[in-house]
Amino acid sequence: MSRRRAWLLGASLADLLFLYAPIVVLIFFSFNASRLSASWRGFTLQWYRLLAEDHALLAAVQNSLLVGLASTFVATLLGVCAAVGLERVPFKGRKLVEGALLLPLVIPEVMMGVSLMLFFALVKVPLSLVTVTIGHAAFNLPIVAVIVRARLRKLDPTLEEAARDLGATAWQAFRRVTLPLLMPAILGSALMAFTISLDDFIVTFFTAGPGATTLPLKVYSMVRSSVTPEINALSAILVLVSMSLIASSLVLQRKSPTQD
Amino acid sequence: MGAFFFLPLLLVLVISFASRGTYGGVEWSFSLANYATVADPLYLKIFLHSLVLALVATVLCLVLGFPLAYYIARLPVRWQGVWLLLVMIPFWTNFLVRTYAWIFMLRTEGLLNSLLIGSGLIDKPLEVLFSDTAVLIGLVYGYLPFMVLPLYAAIERLPRSVVEAAWDLYAPAWAVFWRVILPLTKPGVVAGCILVFIPSLGAFITPDLLGGARSMMVGNLIQHEYLVVRDWPFGSAVSFVLMGLVLTGLMAYLRTEETMNKPGEER
Repeated sequence: MSRRRAWLLGASLADLLFLYAPIVVLIFFSFNASRLSASWRGFTLQWYRLLAEDHALLAAVQNSLLVGLASTFVATLLGVCAAVGLERVPFKGRKLVEGALLLPLVIPEVMMGVSLMLFFALVKVPLSLVTVTIGHAAFNLPIVAVIVRARLRKLDPTLEEAARDLGATAWQAFRRVTLPLLMPAILGSALMAFTISLDDFIVTFFTAGPGATTLPLKVYSMVRSSVTPEINALSAILVLVSMSLIASSLVLQRKSPTQD
Repeated sequence: MGAFFFLPLLLVLVISFASRGTYGGVEWSFSLANYATVADPLYLKIFLHSLVLALVATVLCLVLGFPLAYYIARLPVRWQGVWLLLVMIPFWTNFLVRTYAWIFMLRTEGLLNSLLIGSGLIDKPLEVLFSDTAVLIGLVYGYLPFMVLPLYAAIERLPRSVVEAAWDLYAPAWAVFWRVILPLTKPGVVAGCILVFIPSLGAFITPDLLGGARSMMVGNLIQHEYLVVRDWPFGSAVSFVLMGLVLTGLMAYLRTEETMNKPGEER
């Protein structure tokens, strides 16, 4: 028995090494004083300083934040509506809407990108940060809807019924009882949508016009042209940012007033 | 609200039957010419190549992921969460960053080569970057968590007693795995394979950054047709064939899940 366990542990640790080594190495070498070589030449923070002076990069960060905030707002608003509508309001064609809502989660991202690009081209909307925002809202909507709906399903329906019995209108019951209970899921999914928006490359690539460079687009063009310690430093920062965002999203989603 | 996704997709479908205008626009007409072009050996080869790479990546993920998932599922419950989190953390890192990490490791002057040369194992650097090998590494690296999570869920539900019974009856190790563990965790295996296979098949960033000129996959072909050649109708046809492949895989998965979940048929 123990030899089998040792073998499993070894294989598992090898997997973790495979998953972590590249990221750790990347971050480690962002502090390397040598510009060219893959060998250690002493500690420096100069690559981080160079990043802070890169105006094109800072503009891209600003664009990313703008798109992230706007698309998260739209996706959250519509996503919550979709979740409540699907869960609480019986209507014809519900199955169809359900399927349509899940479609973006399974179709290849490239396909999503080109279809949005074609759509904008045909309705003659010039590609810009606005089209990027619409694209991001489109793929984040189902994510918000799925998470919020799962929470809605777990809520005790008697709470809302009790509110109605005590004379609250349907809207009051939703606004004062259901919505506060849903809040952790809503905030958590919004944070997740924001993170995904900040990280998205493919849909952005197809829906961004000239001048609408977001951070991932900038990173892509940097990575394509060369390997530099600045990219390592930028990567290290990005790793940190997405991890803290996702961690807070998980904490929010786990926190629930009903403690179930 | 569903219109938001359906309309653009419908558009792609309609355009895939049109033809390319002189300056890259769309000329409205109906023909199957674009689909006929997809069947051209040149493009079929790209599809085949993508299918093979996606399949190999899926198998590699399964082989690498199974021991890890099994190990996690048999840990005390409070450690399971920690290990699952460890598996997920790299996945939350920006995909471009993760791909760049492999460029950094694999390139000719990269860490792998300087380590191997420094230790005297090889004297000429390995040319791994910009090859199918690099693409496979990138795909496996990117999608391994998608394999581990459903496998873990399936193995966790597998009663220990069943496996122990097989050992007690002197089944050899391969038989315990092949005839007991694998059949009983099949739903997890199928789910994991689908979750790895679909994004691998439509991959764009990985072959674009890690692959060479000959590692083109369908995702790159679509991008190339849309943004470089500007033949939107043909690009649309390629996208639809890709989507057809993905949906077929998904249907197959739903079908097997249905039959496996039928009561009374459980083995």
